[in-house]
This record gives sequence, C-alpha cells and structure tokens, in this order.
Amino acid sequence: MVQHAEGLGSGIRYRRGPGWRDGAAILLVLGSLILFGIGAHQMVGPFVAADQPAISLSPWALPFYTLRTVMRMLAAMAASLLFTFTYATLAAKSRHAEMVLIPVLDVLQSVPILGYLSFTVVFFVSLFPGNQLGPELATIFAIFTSQAWNMAFSFYQSLRMVPTDLDEASRSFRASPWQRFWRLEVPFAMPGLIWNMMMSMSGGWFFVVASEAISVGDVQISLPGVGSYVARAIEQRDLGAVGWAIAAMTVAILLYDQLLFRPLVAWAEKFRVEQTGAQLAAHSWVLDLFRRSRLLARLGRPVARAATHAARARLLVPGLDVVVRFAPPGRIVDLVWYGLLAAGLAYVAWALVQSASAVLAWSDVATAASNGFLTLFRVAILVAIASLIWVPIGVLVGLSPRLTQTVQPVAQFLAAFPANLLFPVAVYLIVGFRLSPGIWLTPLMILGTQWYILFNVIAGASAYPSDLREAAAIFRVSTRRWWAQVMLPGIFPYYVTGAITAAGGAWNASIVSEAVSWGPTKLSAGGLGAYIARMTEEGDYPRIALGVAVMSMLVIAMNRLLWRPLYVFAERRARLD
Amino acid sequence: MTDPKPAPVIELRKIAMAFAKPSGEPLPIVEDIDITIAEGEILGLLGRSGSGKSTLLRIIGGLIRPTAGEVIYGGAPLGGPALGISVVFQTFALYPWLTVLQNVVLGLDALGLKLDEARRRANRAIDLIGLDGFQSAYPRELSGGMRQRVGFARAIVSEPKLLLMDEPFSALDVLTAETLRTDFLDLWTGGTLPTKGVLMVTHNIEEAVLMCDRILVLAPNPGHIAAEIKVPLAQPRNRLDAAFHGIVDEIYAILTSRITEATGKHAGLQGGLVQHLPPVSASRLGDFAEALAAAPYDGHAELAKIAGPLALAMNDIFAIAAALHLLEFGEVAAGAIKLTASGRVFAQSDPEGRKRLFKEHLLCFVPLAAHIRQVLDEREGHAAPRGRFELELQDHLNRSDAETTLRTAIGWGRYAELFTYDDRTRTFRCDPPGG
Repeated sequence: MVQHAEGLGSGIRYRRGPGWRDGAAILLVLGSLILFGIGAHQMVGPFVAADQPAISLSPWALPFYTLRTVMRMLAAMAASLLFTFTYATLAAKSRHAEMVLIPVLDVLQSVPILGYLSFTVVFFVSLFPGNQLGPELATIFAIFTSQAWNMAFSFYQSLRMVPTDLDEASRSFRASPWQRFWRLEVPFAMPGLIWNMMMSMSGGWFFVVASEAISVGDVQISLPGVGSYVARAIEQRDLGAVGWAIAAMTVAILLYDQLLFRPLVAWAEKFRVEQTGAQLAAHSWVLDLFRRSRLLARLGRPVARAATHAARARLLVPGLDVVVRFAPPGRIVDLVWYGLLAAGLAYVAWALVQSASAVLAWSDVATAASNGFLTLFRVAILVAIASLIWVPIGVLVGLSPRLTQTVQPVAQFLAAFPANLLFPVAVYLIVGFRLSPGIWLTPLMILGTQWYILFNVIAGASAYPSDLREAAAIFRVSTRRWWAQVMLPGIFPYYVTGAITAAGGAWNASIVSEAVSWGPTKLSAGGLGAYIARMTEEGDYPRIALGVAVMSMLVIAMNRLLWRPLYVFAERRARLD
Repeated sequence: MTDPKPAPVIELRKIAMAFAKPSGEPLPIVEDIDITIAEGEILGLLGRSGSGKSTLLRIIGGLIRPTAGEVIYGGAPLGGPALGISVVFQTFALYPWLTVLQNVVLGLDALGLKLDEARRRANRAIDLIGLDGFQSAYPRELSGGMRQRVGFARAIVSEPKLLLMDEPFSALDVLTAETLRTDFLDLWTGGTLPTKGVLMVTHNIEEAVLMCDRILVLAPNPGHIAAEIKVPLAQPRNRLDAAFHGIVDEIYAILTSRITEATGKHAGLQGGLVQHLPPVSASRLGDFAEALAAAPYDGHAELAKIAGPLALAMNDIFAIAAALHLLEFGEVAAGAIKLTASGRVFAQSDPEGRKRLFKEHLLCFVPLAAHIRQVLDEREGHAAPRGRFELELQDHLNRSDAETTLRTAIGWGRYAELFTYDDRTRTFRCDPPGG
C-alpha cells in the first residue's frame, strides 16, 4: 500500500483498462486469500515452533539484533529484485501474461501486509517444523511483500516506456533478448527502480520491526531482532530499553542510507535519459571513494569485465530470436486464454462461496465492514489534518534552497524510521494521562507516513519553475490568489503522490496502532485494524482473511475512486503541451 | 561501372502497409511501393511528414513487417533486422549510459566477436568518422553534431552492405549539418566505406539534391511514389549551379502540384472530411500573406525563393502554401504561390476584418469546420464531445493525421470565433445562432 504512490510518482500513467479486469483480479487475489485462510484454519496439526532464544534487554545485545534485522531486509530486497526482473519482464513481454499479472499486482499492492502475515507464518512454520528457518522465512516474506510490488510496477512501466529510437536501434543491431535486457531495458529502468527500492526500504523497516515478534493463536514467534527487543520491552514496561532500540534503529537507517542508497542513487544518475533536468546532482562520498581509490578500482576491474562479458553474451533461446512485435495475435490462442481465465475465476468464486458460507455469517461481514468504515473515517481525517499542517510548511521549506537542504534529508529519514518503535512511548503517555484511546491512538496511524506528504511537497516546491514565481512576484499577486492559483496547482501532482503514500501507510499501520499494549494494559480504538489484530491473537483465520479482504477492498476503492482520478487530473493540468 | 544495370542491394516488391482503423478496417499508410536500391547509389526518399517515408525505412530495416509485398535482400525475403543493414537515426538513438566507445561496440554485439576485436574495430570506425579522442566521453558531453558522428560510427562499424539514414541531419543546426554531409560524402566517394548502397529519408529538398543519385518523391494519402528524379551531377555538387537549381525547382513543382491535386480530389468526398488540414495556425497564415503581399513579392513568389528570407523549413512552407490554397486565399502552381483577390484583401485587412474574412472562407472551403459548427448548432446544448469528430476523422485519415487535422480545425475555429473548445472537458461549444 505504501508503495502505490511511487508507482504513480515515477512518471508513468496507468492505462485505463476495462473495469472487469480489476474485478477479476480482486476476486482472484482476495478469493485465494480467504480460501487460504480458511484452509489454514482447518489445517490441524502441531505447529512446533523451534526453541527460540530468549530476547535480552541489555543494550549490548542490540548491535547483534540490529544486524539480524538489517540482514532480513537485505534478503528480502534480493528476493524482491529477482521477483521484479522476472514478473515485470513477463508482464511487459507477453500480452496474455500482462492481462492477468498486472491487475493481480495492482490488487496485491493493496493487501495489508501485517494482516496476512498471520497465515503466511503458519504456512512457513509448517514447512520447516521445529526449525528457525520457518519463522525467518515468514518474516522475510512479509518484508518482501512490502517491497516487491511497487518495484515490479516501476520496472514494468519502464519496460513499456523504453524510447522508440533506442528500442529500434537495439533491434536494428539485432541484439538478442538477453543483450537487450541488460544493455537497454535494465539501464533505462534503473533510476525509477532505485528510487522505488529506496521507498520500499523505508516502508520495509516498519514491517520488519512489526513482523519479528508476532503471535498467531498459540504460535508464538520472536526472532532475534530490534522488533522482538521492543516487544519484550513493552512486555516488561521498560521505557529505557525502548529508547535504546530507537537509537539503534536510527544508526542502522543512517548507515544504510549512507553506505547503500546514496551511492546507488548517485551511480544511477548516469542512466537518466533526459539530461536537461536541473535537479541537484546526487553526491555520495562512498561512491567518490570507490571511484577515486586506485586499489578499489583495480579490485573492481575483473568484476566490471565479467559483467560486460555477461551482458554481451547472446544467450539465444531457439525460437525467441529477434522478436518482431508486429506479429498479429492469434484469435484461437486468445479464445483459449480467455476461456481458461473464465474457468479459473468461476472456480475460485464457487470455492469461495462454498467454504466461506460454512464458517462465516453475514453478520461477520457486517462487523468487518462497519469497522472498516470507522478506520476509513480515521484515515480520511488524518490525511486532511496532516495535509493542512505539512503542505504550507513543505511549500515554505521547498522555496528556500537552504532550508530544503537541511529539512529534506530529515523528512526522508523520518519517513524511513519505523514509527512503531515510537508507539510504546505514546502508549505510555496515554496510559499515564488516562486519555481516551479511541481518539489518541488515532494519530499513531499516520505518525510514520505523514512525512511522505512533507517531503513530496518540498520536492514539488523546490522544482517549481522560478520564472513562474518571479512572474507572480512582479504582478504582486495577493496571498490568497498566490496559494490558490500559483503555488498549489504547481505542487498538486507531488502532493497527490505523497498523500497516496501517507494514506496507504496509515491503513497498514492501523493493524498495529489501533490495538496496543503496555505490559498488561491493553488499549483498543476499535476499527478494522483492531479487528484484524484481535482475530490474529485468537488465531481465527477465516476472520483474519475477511478483515484483510475488506481492508483491501476499501483501499482499492479509495485508489480507484479518489486518488487515481485526482492524479490523472493533476497530471493533465500541469502539462503545457 | 561498365555494367549498365548494377545488381540491386535490396528490392521492395509491391509493399503495402496499413494500420487498423477504430472500426477494424485497414487504413493504408503506404501502397504499392516498388523500390530498388542499386549497388553504388545513394537513393533519397523525399516527402512531407505523413507520406510514409519513415515507415518505408523501417520496413527496409526489418523493424516492422509490411502488410503486403516482400523485401528481397541477399536473394531471400527479409524476415527481420538483417545482418548487413544498419540504421542512422534522426534522434541519434545513443544510449546515454554508455560511452562513445561502448555505444559503437554495441553495433557489433550481434556478431558475437571477442571484446578485444570488437573494441579494435570500434576504434577504427571512431577514427574514420573523426571522433578520435572522444572514446570515453558520454553522449551528454557531446554537441549534436558529435553525437550524430557517434551514430554514424555505430552504423558503419559492422561494415554494412546497406546503410539506412532516417533524416540524419534534420536535428542539427544548418552549419553542423552541412559539415557532416560533406564529411559523409567524402567517405562515400572516397571508397573507404564497404557499404554498397545508401537509402536516405529526408524532407529537405536541397539536401536530397546535394547527396542523392536518385530521388523518389513520395506523396501522401496513402503514401505512394509520385515521381522519380535522377540527379546526374558529379560529386562534389555546387548549390549555386544552374543544373542544381533546375532539379530543386523541378521537385518543388512536383510537390506543389500535389497540393492542388489533393485539395481538388477530396473536395467532393464524404462531405470533405477526408481533407487533411496542414498544421498551421491562422495567425501564421496572416503573417505569411502579409509578407507575400508586400514588396518585393507583390503577391507572387516561388516557394524555393521565399522560404529562405522568411526562415521557413520545407515542411512549414508547404503546410502554409497548402493551407492558403485550400482556403482559396492563394493559388499554388508550378512551385510558386500567388495570392488570390480575396487573399490580398485578407493580407491587407485590419485584425477584425481579417478574422471576418477568415471565418467566411473557413465555412465555405473547410468542410470539417462547417460540419463541426453545424453539429453544434443542431444539438440541444450547443456542445459536442471531441471524441465524436475524432472517430469520424479516423475513418478517413490515420490516427496522427486525424489528430493534427482536428488540432488545426480547433485552432482555426477558435481564431474565427466559429466555436470554442474546452480541453479539460474535451468538448466543443458554440453560442446559439443569433444569440
């Protein structure tokens, strides 16, 4: 969900596909999800969770825990890249695959990650009974689901937007598909992909922390990591330990940024096709070090040489030689394909009705839906409040290059920081001052993701054409008019991107923020997030699945009915040609 | 060159290309094209935008497959991009993330050479094309002319038999383009290139006469070969030569006769909706008419002569001439344009009068504008969606022609205050008649 925005923001438009595809994809993904949930429910058998080492609250244990957390992030990122290169490529190359893969991806983006972690945990644990590998994989899978979709989307859209002249050049030089992929398609997609990886990482920290310590029914998981450390601190009501965890995470994120992403972003600059943009060139001291150091350069040379050889290899697959894209689609193949799709969908629908009616009543659906609307209401209010606060501040910061330079990295850091580490502090205060949880737990939902609004607006304001600003100054446009007609329309596309991310993140966060605890004290604000959290605790799989499905539907509806039209509108208006 | 009929490098037989209309029927882009490129010649494909010349180049390059006919290359039908055919692109098509050397090596990737050998050959091509010393530069560090040199080096590095050039000089400034043309001709006539034949697509008449041994003039709707002109001048050619001028004028005459023919032929058909409106704004027409009416032209000028002083590219001058002709403000014949009586009035009126006259002519001679106005008048709310006219147009014109035609009609209609158009809602509107 957090991911949706960058898909939009990285400069690609969704094609307006027919609505039935969306409907079919929703049925396919959510239907499978519910069936899976019901299946897990019926899967009786001892879940032997492995002997898990107790989590120590000593600050000296934290570096090790942090390292474990970071390793999980890296593993998930590798998996996401692999997924991106295969799934997105398949979708971009095959019309038939695209028809299914892209709507499915769209729905997958809207599934709340923490919600269905509960049954993937069960699945992975049963896959490796009595072994730590099961819960490890479940956590990595959860992070993967928070990272992969937007990366795949970005890559797919880049593949479809490869400039015609470069495409024709590579075809006229008879590059093989393999050569084309590494010489043209991957480089072209690189800036967008790296930006999306960075956004994915930001979201990922939240989920890695949330998924390390989880209990589903009677399955208790706590993997050594920062998330488990905080969970244990909450259990022990140890505010000091929470503080240590926050500090450790801060260091980890800063190091990650400096050592991995800064260099990557600076390096990816060379893949930008349009050379005109007056954006600040990205710099990285790590990359400079690598480029200038003679020793490192010598060490790197064989690697570079091997990479060049690999990219030049023809690797021809018989029958897949130079593909002429103008081959007319076969009617019969189309018919067979549609037939298969229809049959598959019909089966899922039938199976869904069959199994759901056995364990779920209409009253369950009504409960989940009403909870869903409560959460929807909260998200709407929060986005509105966050916008009122951050849009003016973002504009003012963005218009001053000096302020931008200092504030922008902070905003990006805050967006990456897993806000759930801060929840215990807030809960401690709510309990201490006896505040109403229904109201005061609400802001937690957007605590982590409101920064996306801020830094997107800053980016928009700093990219605002200076001649337009100067013109407004010359004509001494009144303040009200300046906001309404000069500035806000200009930053609107950026704002929408930020708001989509913030709203998506808030939905995800609701599962951990609407129901919180501090030692034995449990607070609940009601709403769909609390509903899913409660069902997870009870291990009630059909209702977890139901809650997750309702949340996905609401998110998809929001995206389709509000955000996407807004985005299209913003795009159209900001164009000059 | 004693052989009277040199062997063909490539042969196009009855090539046709069509895209699908919204209704599913084919809409022809080019039709019934026979082209042979003989060994040792530079063949020019000359035509205005929309005449299908780039489509033809892509068919020959194997980048798109024709809907009918076949391309014979090396004794066999062409099935895709082939060994020995290379392309120089209008936009250079350099990979921004690769250095000059890497970009040129790319032209050899398909040959499966060892990297060292590939680099050696790439360096030789770079040297030949005058880029020595720039091997490690990135394309963004080079000027337009240097970038196109990389494009040339990349195209010749694989020692192609046939070189296709898609308006290779049109993205460059005049001076740079001239230098590059001369350099290329030197290589070509010097026999340094292993290339047997060249096909160049261009819309620049003088460039075609300067470089080509034979020129095929393409006419649009659908694209077909309107004329074949041999250029029997020896290289290097002199632009000031009388013979050179003779050929340029001949081509102008052919192209202008196409204008009169096109307007005449289509006037009656389908209420005139097949009429392709050239992309010229109304105010530009006014400016041109004013210049044409004044000294030294006094209402009459050869297109070849007036294009220079008014700094108009060939596409523009023909678009303006065609627009004036179809609005009956001007008369185009034999490479020259003459203002009609009403054209003179149009040129000399004040802005209000000019507008009024333009509106009259628009309603009389541009059936599409009259049609839009009529639909708006008949409708209840005096509004109609753009899509409606788009679909009507796409039944007769290809997508991009329909698009430009409608854009022009919107521009002219707005100028004449015949109707208004709101791009946000994509609707046409007009005030109720008499209201």
